[in-house]
Amino acid sequence: MATADTSSAHGGDHAREVSFYAAKTGLKSWLVTLDHKRLGMMYLVGTMVFFLVGGIAALTLRTELLTPEQDLVSATTYNKLFTIHGAVMVFLVIIPSVPGALGNFLLPLMLGAKDVAFPRLNLLSFWIYSLGAVFFLITLVNGSLDTGWTFYTPYSTSSGTAVVTATFGAFILGFSSILTGLNFIVTVHKMRAPGLTWNRLPLFVWAIYSTAVIQILATPVLAITLMLLMIERTLNIGIFDPAMGGDPVLYQHFFWFYSHPAVYIMILPGFGIISELIAVHSRKHIFGYKAIALSSIAIAIISFLVWGHHMFVSGQSELAGVVFSFLTFAVAVPTAIKVFSWVATLYKGSIEFNTPMLYALAFLFTFTIGGLTGIFLGALSVDVHLHDTYFVVAHFHYVMMGGTIIAFIGGIHHWWGKMTGRMFNEAHGRWGCLLVFIGFNMTFFNQFIVGQQGMPRRYATYVPQFQQQHVLSTIGSYILGLGLLWTAFYLLRSLKTGAQASDNPYAGASLEWQTQSPPIEHNFHGQPRVDTDPYNFPQIDRSGGMDHH
Amino acid sequence: MLSMFLAPETKEAAKAAVGNVAAAAPPAPPAPKLPPLETLHSWAMPTQASTFAESTDNLYLFIVFLDAFFFVLILAAMGYFMWKYKRRSPDQKTSSITHNGKIEFLWSAIPAVLLVVIFAWAEIDFIKQTTPPADAIDIRVTGRQWFWQVDYPDYPGVSLTSSTEEPLITMIVPKGRPVRLIMTSEDVLHSFYVPAFRVKKDVVPGRYTTLWFEATRVGEFNIFCTEYCGDRHSSMAGVIKVLEPASFEAALREAAKLEQKPTESVADFGGRIYTRRGCNACHTLNGDPATGPTWKGLYGKSETLADGTTLTVDDNYIKESILQPQAKIVAGFTGANMPSYQGQLDDKQITAIIDFIKQQK
Amino acid sequence: MSSAHGQGPKAPHAFFQHHYNTVEQQAGAAKLGMWVFLATEILMFSGLFLAYFIIRILYPEMVLGSHELLSKTMGGVNTVVLLFSSFTMAMAVRSAQVGDTPGIIRNLIMTIGCACIFMVVKYFEYTGKFAHGIFPGKYFDYGRAAAYAAEHGHELVGMPHIFFGIYFTMTGLHGVHVAVGIGVLVWIMLRAKKGHFGPQYYSPVENVGLYWHIVDLVWIFLFPLLYLVK
Ligand code: HEA
Ligand code: HEA
Ligand code: HEC
Ligand code: CUA
Ligand SMILES: [Cu+2]
Repeated sequence: MATADTSSAHGGDHAREVSFYAAKTGLKSWLVTLDHKRLGMMYLVGTMVFFLVGGIAALTLRTELLTPEQDLVSATTYNKLFTIHGAVMVFLVIIPSVPGALGNFLLPLMLGAKDVAFPRLNLLSFWIYSLGAVFFLITLVNGSLDTGWTFYTPYSTSSGTAVVTATFGAFILGFSSILTGLNFIVTVHKMRAPGLTWNRLPLFVWAIYSTAVIQILATPVLAITLMLLMIERTLNIGIFDPAMGGDPVLYQHFFWFYSHPAVYIMILPGFGIISELIAVHSRKHIFGYKAIALSSIAIAIISFLVWGHHMFVSGQSELAGVVFSFLTFAVAVPTAIKVFSWVATLYKGSIEFNTPMLYALAFLFTFTIGGLTGIFLGALSVDVHLHDTYFVVAHFHYVMMGGTIIAFIGGIHHWWGKMTGRMFNEAHGRWGCLLVFIGFNMTFFNQFIVGQQGMPRRYATYVPQFQQQHVLSTIGSYILGLGLLWTAFYLLRSLKTGAQASDNPYAGASLEWQTQSPPIEHNFHGQPRVDTDPYNFPQIDRSGGMDHH
Repeated sequence: MLSMFLAPETKEAAKAAVGNVAAAAPPAPPAPKLPPLETLHSWAMPTQASTFAESTDNLYLFIVFLDAFFFVLILAAMGYFMWKYKRRSPDQKTSSITHNGKIEFLWSAIPAVLLVVIFAWAEIDFIKQTTPPADAIDIRVTGRQWFWQVDYPDYPGVSLTSSTEEPLITMIVPKGRPVRLIMTSEDVLHSFYVPAFRVKKDVVPGRYTTLWFEATRVGEFNIFCTEYCGDRHSSMAGVIKVLEPASFEAALREAAKLEQKPTESVADFGGRIYTRRGCNACHTLNGDPATGPTWKGLYGKSETLADGTTLTVDDNYIKESILQPQAKIVAGFTGANMPSYQGQLDDKQITAIIDFIKQQK
Repeated sequence: MSSAHGQGPKAPHAFFQHHYNTVEQQAGAAKLGMWVFLATEILMFSGLFLAYFIIRILYPEMVLGSHELLSKTMGGVNTVVLLFSSFTMAMAVRSAQVGDTPGIIRNLIMTIGCACIFMVVKYFEYTGKFAHGIFPGKYFDYGRAAAYAAEHGHELVGMPHIFFGIYFTMTGLHGVHVAVGIGVLVWIMLRAKKGHFGPQYYSPVENVGLYWHIVDLVWIFLFPLLYLVK
């Protein structure tokens, strides 16, 4: 097991120091803090607020889709709704969520460090994130945005909405993401506690590390793409706009060169959470540690070579389509390895069905559906039929909402005690998880069917025979919304009424559990040392002659 | 600097340089009344109406079964472990297994092989879909915000247009003959999609994309636009009608005909042309300028041209504007292009349009 | 291993940040961070280079015709100036490593001077273009530009606004980097004046140096691609 200095024995009899919350007070202690834990909490609040904003847009557009005609909102408003929903969820919620909130809070703790490598840069990232968010808010009140989150040209160069404001916001958010990635890479390389070798890193750290690699390699290209788009729109230089001699398909190549790797920026941290949750709550050594860690790196590399699968019918060359399809399938294999390894971890474990574990199991269910439906889309001839239909919408909600967000919520529960010092009510948590699970599947499973029947996406109105599925989907989204609101409610309430969290409520073995809940300002009493890997639980039965640890 | 971002963005700048700009949103029309897609079962794929459909569906089904197999396998294992290894006592012992090379190799290699099979199958079908046979009938498709214009080069003078207000037969094709669409867009991206044929291809401004199919079933099928193109993207629908080759040509000529109905006034006939021939895509009737000048109050008004001269709008000028739009350009619309309707609209139809414009006071 | 609460093994340095364990760790982190940052810079510019190459492939004659309007002399002078500044920058780092504070300052001033010369030359290049209607994108005045080209015995073909669009974008972004460079060079020069740097602690100088070399490197690619196309 990993141990902290003698002075910080596990029992907790050690004279408790004040937590990082109490160490400093006042608004300023938050706004200019260099403490990764405070920054993590601020990201948590920020991403959750925008999750609510994006969610409200989603529920409104779902309500409009109850009937085939336009009744609640006009087509123009509908187009703005799904654009704002998609752009907010992608740029302000899912990309910063896990790295920004849990990554910031946990990475230095898991590494046994006092902070990330560059605390000031970390603060800067957060404020850049906030600035980007401000631009999104300006967009909202300033004509909004109706281009779809993909900003395809030439529609985006001619649309009458606030395209420049919004792209500038996304451009800024890109820098936040780059700086966070940079910081985490250096942190993992340089800030590990003595004895914490690469083979002993918790898989969450591996996941955040691979994510950071993609962030720094892909996001600069997004920045340049958005910059060119802004220049195209204001000066019409003729790169993307066919009316000026440009090539709209070129824009798509640029955009997806970032945005495909970005989907792994979204999911890899979720994978990291799931590895922790499954191992800790079944008290089993994670199965295939090396395979899981290395498959993240494999995904990070291959993900740069598959962007063209979003463009099978765009008019790119056939040869390109064939190559991209092949590589798309190649990227499915490392993901398969992870899924199988998680299931195998359960074998002969000691599985506790508490809320975090229920979310992890829900993730296995929903993410697998999402991933497997990616196979349909990667298959050229089938994607010709399914492209830009609700099948795609269902696919990416299964992986983003059913994958990353479910994992994120599970992670929030798992580390809630560590982060806040309070425990939520278990029974409430299980009910919430059930509602979310049912609501989610009801919302999006129908969309595979309606998509496969030919319902195009981004449609404010539709032909009547799709109505039945849409009604089901809308009802599902209300249940989902209710489940999430309920979750927000009991979590917030636990801050006041929840039981005091112990330092290590789930008997985890990685370093973050070796300090107080909530941690002290400098994380640990003394310098932690590590002499074994983070999945070496005391319950593991070594009598069978396992000796490689 | 900041004001650049704060100022409400207008389309003026883009309009001046680019021309075909998204029209200011007119009140959106109701959902198009299209024939229902024929589906065999409400959960199934749409009707198979082209030679591609069956193979695409077979691969689709193959993936469904394969996915179902893996999904069930994973869930079954998970469910079994959840039941078998539920924590029964706080100090329940767990196994010390950490990895197993053999099984890890298997569960990487088996999916990899299966994926290569799927890839090859899909690729063979895709190559078929992208190589039209030499004897295909050519049809030209032009996407505009927000309608399709369809021209038949093999049948001179035949041209069909869909309309957002009144969806009608957009394209007529014979059964059992390969058809090749040569497509381009006049403004933004669109995408031509016929679910029953399992074909789809983006329609890109500034270049030509092609798509081919061979219909196998007589009937009417939906056309959707599947690339987001602005306000009325979801109304940019149409209908493709498949006929026996024997009746195809006659039906095509009949559908392309645009004649005054006995019960219709000349101006009403003009109104029909306004929607049928897509004038409504660029000219509004409510006074707002769009891609082209509005028709409200147009007749008899004094119009300033781009070269600074003025003239009074009369029958002759309107006729000229329709046949040689570039001859006299209205001030403020220099960048935009109106296509010439020379050879596409006859005198009777032009007179009807003029009558219709006169009505727009 | 190292001790708790950040007492480095050597005398704790004035600029030692207490979340690190050792001074070496701090310097190593700074260096790695800088390299990662430079990687992102290179990737960002490579996006633009890619756009440039695609345009060149799409419209080869247009690029050939348009580039003649760029002044090879001014571009050449700027190349020499930047190369020289890279040399003085390297000298400044060297001076920091050996603790020669006046040397740091002298070399930094020369570097900053070169950077300023570069910007001034760029200013004249830009205004020279503007004077003949050569603006990016839709502001490009074809008539005046063509007349100007004809005066110099060249001919414009196709859509030169695209070439100048990309020219202004690439050199503009590079110019922004030079301007930022001047800022950070001044900052470390002021710190050098206060005697902050010596053999034990010079990573800021080193990192700014790395940044400056990348800025030069980008120009080394921009110059032949934009000015010397054949
Ligand atoms: C978290 C984000 C995320 C993730 C992880 C993925 C994962 C995958 N995605 Fe997805 N995708 C998106 C987010 C994501 N996607 C988004 C946002 C879009 C749409 C963007 C837009 O247009 O707006 C999209 C669109 C999209 C398309 C374009 C569709 C179109 O527009 O026509 C394609 C096509 O290939 C695709 C494929 C895949 C594949 C093959 C995977 C694979 O990585 C999945 C791998 C996982 C598995 C396969 C499951 C586990 C494996 C097994 C159980 C083993 C056994 C399996 C077999 C033998 C089959 N995705
Ligand atoms: C992270 C990504 C993400 C997430 C989570 C979601 C979540 C949801 N999305 Fe979607 N969606 C996208 C990303 C995402 N979406 C993208 C990228 C597009 C494409 C846009 C485009 O085409 O350009 C899209 C498009 C899209 C469409 C298609 C629109 C169209 O093409 O016409 C639909 C339709 O049903 C939809 C629905 C929903 C619904 C009902 C949810 C629900 O899951 C939402 C539920 C959430 C809430 C109701 C908020 C509740 C939150 C709180 C109360 C705070 C919680 C606090 C704590 C737990 C502490 N989304
Ligand atoms: C692709 C866009 C577009 C379509 C489709 C279009 N027009 Fe136009 N039209 C324009 C533009 C732009 C102008 C102004 C420039 C000019 O005068 O040529 C214009 C000008 C006119 C004018 C002169 C108006 C004035 O204010 O003086 C008339 C009359 C006219 N169009 C009739 C028609 C008719 C009839 C049709 C359909 C059969 C049609 N247009 C279809 C774009 C279009
Ligand atoms: Cu045309 Cu969407
Ligand atoms: Cu992708």
